[in-house]
Amino acid sequence: MTDQPSPVPRVAFAPNWTARIGWLLLLLYVGYAGSQLGFSAERFSGGLEHGHRFLVRMFPPNFGRWELIAGGILESLQIAVIATFFGILLSLPVGLLAARNLTPAWISWPARGFIALCRSFHPIIVAILFVKAIGFGALAGVMALIVASIGFISKLFAEAIEEISLKQVEAVRATGAGFLGTLIMGVQPQVLPRFIGFATYQLDSNLRNSTMVGIVGGGGIGAALFTAYQRFDFDVVLAILIIIVSLIMIAEIVSGWARRVFQ
Amino acid sequence: MMPAAAPRTADTASPVPGEDRALVVRNLTKEYRKGQPVLRGIDLTFPGSGLTAIIGPSGTGKSTLIRCVNRLVAPTSGEILFRGQDLAKLSGRGLRAARRRIGMVFQEYNLVERLTVMENLLCGRLGYVPVWRAWLRKFPERDIARAFDLLDSVGLPGFAQQRADALSGGQRQRVGIARAIMQEPDIILADEPTSSLDPKTSVEIMDILQGVARQRAIPVIVNIHNVELARRFASRIVGMTGGHVVYNGPPDGLTDADLKAIYGGESWME
Amino acid sequence: MTVADSLHRNWQRFTPLQRISRFGFYLFAVAALVVSLRTIDVIPEFLYDAPDQMVDLVRRMWPPDLSYIGPTIKGLIETLHIATLGTIIAIVMALPFGLLAARNVTPSPPLNLFAKFVFVTSRSINSLVWALLFVAVFGPGPLAGTLAIAFRSIGFTGKLFAEALEESGRGSIEALTASGASRFATLLWGYWPQVRPAFWSIALFRWDINIRESAVLGIVGAGGVGVVLDTALNLLYWDQVAVVLIAIFAVVILAEIVVTVVRSRIL
Repeated sequence: MTDQPSPVPRVAFAPNWTARIGWLLLLLYVGYAGSQLGFSAERFSGGLEHGHRFLVRMFPPNFGRWELIAGGILESLQIAVIATFFGILLSLPVGLLAARNLTPAWISWPARGFIALCRSFHPIIVAILFVKAIGFGALAGVMALIVASIGFISKLFAEAIEEISLKQVEAVRATGAGFLGTLIMGVQPQVLPRFIGFATYQLDSNLRNSTMVGIVGGGGIGAALFTAYQRFDFDVVLAILIIIVSLIMIAEIVSGWARRVFQ
Repeated sequence: MMPAAAPRTADTASPVPGEDRALVVRNLTKEYRKGQPVLRGIDLTFPGSGLTAIIGPSGTGKSTLIRCVNRLVAPTSGEILFRGQDLAKLSGRGLRAARRRIGMVFQEYNLVERLTVMENLLCGRLGYVPVWRAWLRKFPERDIARAFDLLDSVGLPGFAQQRADALSGGQRQRVGIARAIMQEPDIILADEPTSSLDPKTSVEIMDILQGVARQRAIPVIVNIHNVELARRFASRIVGMTGGHVVYNGPPDGLTDADLKAIYGGESWME
Repeated sequence: MTVADSLHRNWQRFTPLQRISRFGFYLFAVAALVVSLRTIDVIPEFLYDAPDQMVDLVRRMWPPDLSYIGPTIKGLIETLHIATLGTIIAIVMALPFGLLAARNVTPSPPLNLFAKFVFVTSRSINSLVWALLFVAVFGPGPLAGTLAIAFRSIGFTGKLFAEALEESGRGSIEALTASGASRFATLLWGYWPQVRPAFWSIALFRWDINIRESAVLGIVGAGGVGVVLDTALNLLYWDQVAVVLIAIFAVVILAEIVVTVVRSRIL
C-alpha cells in the first residue's frame, strides 16, 4: 500500500528563495522610488491640511450654470457616440487584416504594428496632436477617440478571430456554403458575442475620455471643468464631477442591457 | 414516505462502551426549507469507540447529520452532546475550539490544491498555532515530526514536498485523513470518503479509517452508501431513510428486510 | 400534416420579446448616431482642411531633435516610478476592499455594497481629474501624480480581486473552517493560494495601463514625462515633441514585452 517516490530528506518547507528575494527587492524599490519622487512626511501633512480646506470649498456643489454644463455634456455624448461608431467601422477591416490566420505575414504584421501605434498613446496625447493639427473643437476629440477605439477594438477583434475554431468553419464550408455564407454562419457566431462585449466596453471608455479631451481643447464638458478648476470654483467642479460620474454609471447600466440583449 | 418505524436497536440495557467518549444526538431536526425537514427529530447515540457507518439512500439526511455535528450546517433544533458540551449551542471561539477537536474527511478531499502535502497536513494545526506562525511556516518541531510520522503511517513517505494537485485520488484522501488526525481529534467524521474512489482504493481508505479508530480509541463516524464496505469495516451500523433512523445495531444484525426498509425495492440486492 | 401543425412548427431564432429588444437597440443606436452627426459643432472648413494639416504637422516633426533625449529620459524614469509606485499603493489599498466586496468572504450585503461603491467611484473619475484634485491638494509634482494613479486603480484592481475571490473553490475553505481555523488563517491558507495567480495577473495588467496613464498626467502638472511633453508643445518645438512621442512609444512596447514574459513565467 505504500507509494515510494525517491527517498527525500525530512525537510518540511522548501524555502522559496526567488519569492523571498522578489519581495525584498519590491520593498527596497518602494523606498527608493518614494525618495526619488520626493515623498516626505511634511509634504504629506501639509497636503492633508490643504486637502481639508479644499474639500470645504467643494461643498455644497454648485449647479448654477447648468445650461453651460448641459451643453458640454451633450457634446461629450456626441463625441463618444460618433467616435465609437466610426471606430467600430474602421476596426473591422483593420482587425481582419491583422488576424494571422486569415492574412499572410507581410500584411498582418504591419497591421498589428499600426494597431500598437494607435494603442500606445493615451487619448489625451492624441487629442492634443489633433487639436494642434486641425484646430480646437469637437472634431479633434472625435478623431482622437477614433484612433483609441481602433487600437482597442481591432486588437481584440483580431485575437477573437485567431481563436475561432476552424473546425466549425470547415464544417460550414463542407455544406457547400460560399465565402459570405461561411462568414455569416461559421465565423460570425463565434466572434459576435465577444465583439459586442468589447464594443460596449469601448463606448464606455470613449464616454469617459470624451469628458476629458475638453481639457486640452477637444470639445465636451472637459473645457468647462478645467475653466472652473483654474478659477478655483471648486463647487462648480464638484457639480460637474457628480454629473460626469452619474453619466458614466448610467452608461454602464445601458451597456449591461445591450450585452444581455445580444448574447 | 416511510412511516416512522421504531428503530431496530441493539440491546440498550448493556452499557455503551466508552460512554464518556460517546456522541449523543437528541431530537435533532433540520429544515433547509420551512415545512420540509431533512432530519426529523433524530435520537441517536454513537458509541465512543470503533467505526460507525451511516447508510441510506441519497438525500436522506446522512450528510446533513454529520455536518450538524461540527456545525458546517446549523441545526434547526435539538442537542448534540459530546464530551460534556452541547455542540449545537456553541458559537465564536467556543465553536472553533470544539471544531479543533473534531476531525473531518471529505468526499472531494478538499485539500488546498496549490499547497504542498506538508502544508496541507499542517492545516490541521491551524487552530492550535497563532496566525503569524502559520504565515511564516514556523510550526513547532513536534508538529512537523508528527506530520512526517503520519505521512509514513498512511503510506505516503517522502510526499511532503509534492503539491496536492499532483496526487491521485486515493493519495489525496490519505492526506485528508492524515490532516484530520493532525488535529489530535476526539472524534473523526467522514462524509462519503470513498465515493470518488475506485473499489480497491476504497477498501484501503476504509482500512485506514478503521485502524485509526482502533489505535486512537476514538469514535469514527462514516457516511457511506456502499453497504458491503459498511458491513466489512464497521463495528456498528446506523440505517437512515427519509430523515429517520430505522436501524441501529451491529453489522451482522442487518437483514435483507432492514435493507429493504432503508433503501426500498429489491432489484438492487440481487 | 394540417395547416395548424405547420404553423406551430415555425422555427424562429429569437422570441418576439428578444426581437423587439434587438430592434429597439438598433433603432436607438442609429438615432443616437444621426442626432450626434447633425448637431455636433464641427466647422466644415476644419474638416476639409484636416488631412493637409496633419501632413504639415508630421513634416514639422521630422527630423526629431535628439538633443531633447536627456530631459525626456529623466521624465520617463519619473513616469515609471509614478506608475509602479501608484500601482503598488493601489493594490495595498484595494486588498481590504476586495475582501469586503467578495460575497463568500464577507457575507454582509451592506459591506459588499459599500466596497462596490468605492470601486465605482474610483473608476468613474478619470485619472486626469484625480490628478487635478491632488495637484490642488498637494501642489504640482509627482506626489500628486502617484496618488492620482493609485486612487484611479483601486476600483479596477479591487473589482477583479473580488471576482477572483468569489470564484475560488469552496471545498478547501470548508475543510479549514471545519478544523477550527480562525478567519484570518482561512484567508491565508485557503483563499490566498488559490487567488495568487490571478492577483499577479491583475497587478501586471494594471501596471501596463498605468504606464500609459502616468505619461499624460504631467500635462496638468502632476509630474513625469508629460511635463516635458507639455513644455515642448507650448513652445511649438515639434521636433522635440517627436522625440518625446517616440520615447513614450518605445517604453510602452517594452513594458508590454516585460509583462508578456513575466506572465508566461509566473502563471
